[in-house]
Amino acid sequence: MSVAEIQVEADLETFDDKDPWYSVAIDLIKRKPLGAAGALIVLIMIIMALMAELIAPFDPELNSYEYMLVGPNWTFLFGTDQFGRDIFSRIVFGARTALFVGFVSAIIGSSLGLVLGVTSAYFGGRFDLIFQRIMDIFMSFPLIILALAVVSIFGTGTQNVILAITIPFIPRCARVVRSNALAVREVPYIDAARACGFSHTRIILRHMVPNVMAPYLIMFTAFVGQAILLEASLSYLGLGVQEPVAAWGLMLQGGAEEFAESAPWIPIFPGVAISLAVFGFNLFGDAIRDVLDPKLRSR
Amino acid sequence: MYNYILKRILLMIPTLFGAAFLVFFLLRLIPGDVCELRLAGTGLYVDQETIDICREKLGLHEPMIVQFFDFLLGIVTFDLGESMWTGRAITYEMGLRFELSLQVAIMATVTAILIAIPLGTISAIKQDTWIDYIVRTISIAGIAIPSFWYGILIILGILIFTQSWFGEPWMPPLDYVPIWVDPWRNLSQLIWPAIATGYRYSAVATRMTRSAMLEVLREDYIRTARAKGLLEKVIINRHALKNSLLPVVTIIGIEFAFLMGGLVVTEQVFNLNGLGKLFVESVMSADYSMTQALVMVVVIVFVFTNFIVDIMYAWLDPRIRYA
Repeated sequence: MSVAEIQVEADLETFDDKDPWYSVAIDLIKRKPLGAAGALIVLIMIIMALMAELIAPFDPELNSYEYMLVGPNWTFLFGTDQFGRDIFSRIVFGARTALFVGFVSAIIGSSLGLVLGVTSAYFGGRFDLIFQRIMDIFMSFPLIILALAVVSIFGTGTQNVILAITIPFIPRCARVVRSNALAVREVPYIDAARACGFSHTRIILRHMVPNVMAPYLIMFTAFVGQAILLEASLSYLGLGVQEPVAAWGLMLQGGAEEFAESAPWIPIFPGVAISLAVFGFNLFGDAIRDVLDPKLRSR
Repeated sequence: MYNYILKRILLMIPTLFGAAFLVFFLLRLIPGDVCELRLAGTGLYVDQETIDICREKLGLHEPMIVQFFDFLLGIVTFDLGESMWTGRAITYEMGLRFELSLQVAIMATVTAILIAIPLGTISAIKQDTWIDYIVRTISIAGIAIPSFWYGILIILGILIFTQSWFGEPWMPPLDYVPIWVDPWRNLSQLIWPAIATGYRYSAVATRMTRSAMLEVLREDYIRTARAKGLLEKVIINRHALKNSLLPVVTIIGIEFAFLMGGLVVTEQVFNLNGLGKLFVESVMSADYSMTQALVMVVVIVFVFTNFIVDIMYAWLDPRIRYA
């Protein structure tokens, strides 16, 4: 089945429904309960990130020597850490960091991969060959190793973490998009567009890119989850987001291990937050893949 | 087959060369002089002479292209220079830690295989039953839960468990003893990180086993086997499982290569003095010669593992004959 057909089917599925949103939602829950659960988690995270100031009861960076290592209670829902900071507030603000890093690096990484992959498939020949070899080189670095190498060059901090996560994503997306774009390239309307004398840029951006949106979206949702996990890992190693910014991986570092036995709430809640977030994005991504890729459907 | 192997080997050379090029020049993108940066970090006054000695030691006084070929030569001859931090030979520092990382990697792989193949098979046979749902939830969770958090929970669990059962908390030993010296002590230290990484690893493999098994179970020859009246056990073990293991072998190979990355974080949690920890320390202390050597070693391991996986793939499935 060609990509064009997949696209048509996906369009039918999403746009034929003229029902009100709640019946679409109910339909989704019935057909893809796990996907709906994922979507719910993602939604809660987005709300937490956008309205962190309203939801969090305390300033996430406020130290308080009176309330160090307090266990979970009604004032401090998830307890406080060794500096007396409210863990619940830090988790709410941490959602902002996680989603910001996750979305920005996934969008930049997969979009650059999209354009590069389509361009490579469109021009083909020697250009494609050389380009693929370059991608091979980037792919020969395991994800976190390349990310760590980038951090060692540019240093830590939120922006550099985004850069470190984005770079390894580009070749991975380009590879997948390219293989789909190769099929699109053979479709007659591309020849027609060339016969009309359209520029390469126009053909790539207006005629080919829209037809590889399905793999692009699949890669994108997968990347968000991966980026959140990677950011947490880097921050945990002390090579990611830096104190005092609230980030989940950072909350597991240092004090979390030191006080694990006497104050188990310090390591437990941030870990739950990371796992739930990645879990949510994975489930949501799986559902999107099922909808967009009919070959895998009903499995 | 031999042609294919030869072709794959020849393809590896430009990839590794490109990776070396990338690592080398990326690390030279660092703004400022590495030596000044490195020595200024000590907070003491540094005179020009010290910087010059440092530059000479690292070969930075030579032209870039000469440095690059020295680096390449070093990789080929296993002489990777000296650590900027400890001053000892990099190969020596790596040799100290290699054994530990390799053992954890192998143990994690064994753990993953032992979990993944039975669970994936059961999940496929009992598709859409509660067993299937539980296995799938466990495996999706395994992908979502960061292995370092899992590690922290394991340590916490051990502490609480031993506290309540034996009255005093017990921790896995912190110093590494080779397995042939004291197997019990060695295993009681390394089994935990192996479980922590092995679980994540097994999650990927379980999903792969399940979907491969489901595909094979729909094949005609399975129906034929059933029609012949074979025992279900024989059908699963001899006909279905054997044929569904191909993609599983691939994913286990690929994950083994990725394990290097997983170990970077896990070794930190369990405070293991392995290659991963060395890597993090080298990045933190701006030990560029160590970082570039370690990245190269990981890349070489990664590329070779992928090569072996490809060869195994062609060998296991006679239908695949790469022309």
